[in-house]
Amino acid sequence: MWRSCLRLWDEGRRLLNRPRGGLIASVGPGPNPRLQARAYAPLTGPGTEGAWNPGSLASRPLSLQVSWPSLLLPYHLGGGLREERKRFYQNVSITQGEGGFEINLDHRKLKTPQAKLFTVPSEALAIAVATEWDSQQDTIKFYTMHLTTLCNTSLDNPTQRNKDQLIRAAVKFLDTDTICYRVEEPETLVELQKNEWDPVIEWAEKRPFPFRYGVEIGSSTSIMGPSIPARTQEVLISHLASYNMWALQGIEFVVTQLKSMVLTLGLIDLRLTVEQAVLLSRLEEEYQIQKWGNIEWAHDYELQELRARTAAGALFVHLCSESTTVKHKLLRE
Amino acid sequence: MAALGSPARTLRGLLRELRYMNAATGRPYRDTAAYRYLVKAFRAHRVTSEKLCRAQHELHFQAATYLCLLRSIREHVALHQEFHGKGERSVEESAGLVGLKLPHQPGGKGWEP
Repeated sequence: MWRSCLRLWDEGRRLLNRPRGGLIASVGPGPNPRLQARAYAPLTGPGTEGAWNPGSLASRPLSLQVSWPSLLLPYHLGGGLREERKRFYQNVSITQGEGGFEINLDHRKLKTPQAKLFTVPSEALAIAVATEWDSQQDTIKFYTMHLTTLCNTSLDNPTQRNKDQLIRAAVKFLDTDTICYRVEEPETLVELQKNEWDPVIEWAEKRPFPFRYGVEIGSSTSIMGPSIPARTQEVLISHLASYNMWALQGIEFVVTQLKSMVLTLGLIDLRLTVEQAVLLSRLEEEYQIQKWGNIEWAHDYELQELRARTAAGALFVHLCSESTTVKHKLLRE
Repeated sequence: MAALGSPARTLRGLLRELRYMNAATGRPYRDTAAYRYLVKAFRAHRVTSEKLCRAQHELHFQAATYLCLLRSIREHVALHQEFHGKGERSVEESAGLVGLKLPHQPGGKGWEP
């Protein structure tokens, strides 16, 4: 519990004053993109990233235009990554170009961090992104614009991964899937895990398509985790291969947020709502919260952020992998 | 299946979120592209003679996901403002916490410009 409290305690600000000690002793694992003095650190104000985001590929939006000495000044004297862009546009509108739909801020076209033109294939997605930009007041908070960052990642592909690598990265999560890891005690938690997670695993194993031949995803209490048979992985890989590149980025994003491949499949197949999936992913935390109490500025904060990211990812996958045709008189397919 | 509730409820929630978003910018929310698109989509897919229409369910699911997105972003920003948005205290304030006052040096400190 202390770790999660520390994780959210004034994350960026203190770190910037003490870069050396703060970086190691800091909050949460993983690289902190703000402190890497490269050109692509996110342009966010200090302390805005909230809880550590392992899917940080999608949330490193824009290039940094801060002079190097200002990184060394203490925060209250205007140092660190203080630059926050003000909202510089009045209207956001959508136009249709040849590659897809584009977003216009006033009269300027929106571009990705690598200066490519920002085009999306789906109108609904374009409207959602435009709404995100429109909802910014005074300063632009990039950490709230999840759909925009997902689109940027898909368009730019900053890590240069092709489809196979993406699929493999996502399938690797199955080995350490949250749902498959069970505890042995306390008893009530074991019961809870059994009642909540087992139905989802059963559904995943018996899904009519594509797991037609019955796949096995066991659950285990050992530290090594479940042993997933190779056939399951193959079936999963071939299933994921049927999605296009954009949808795969979204899927990988959701998997890294929820830490579970099975839950992501449930989301994509409309079996679970976002709230349910997030609840199942955080089952042990919810159990502890019920036992020991809820800390608003830590638990709720993390919960809302996880929900936001997961919802953005799920929506992104659905909008990128659908094709709507309205046929008047029944039949959609 | 997922407990989505009724589409009317989802639509109401979505309109409420749009209203909150546009209340701050001062523009009527009925003018936004999102409002028009949502209303059109809900109206178009309301009528279907199939008892279990997968397309309808899919669209409702997407709408519910978008609602979850808007709602959680709003709550997240509110929580951030309330708990994490205040920034660091200035040196004067920190000194004042323990009852001390900063010394006043007429010449300024050596390293200040």
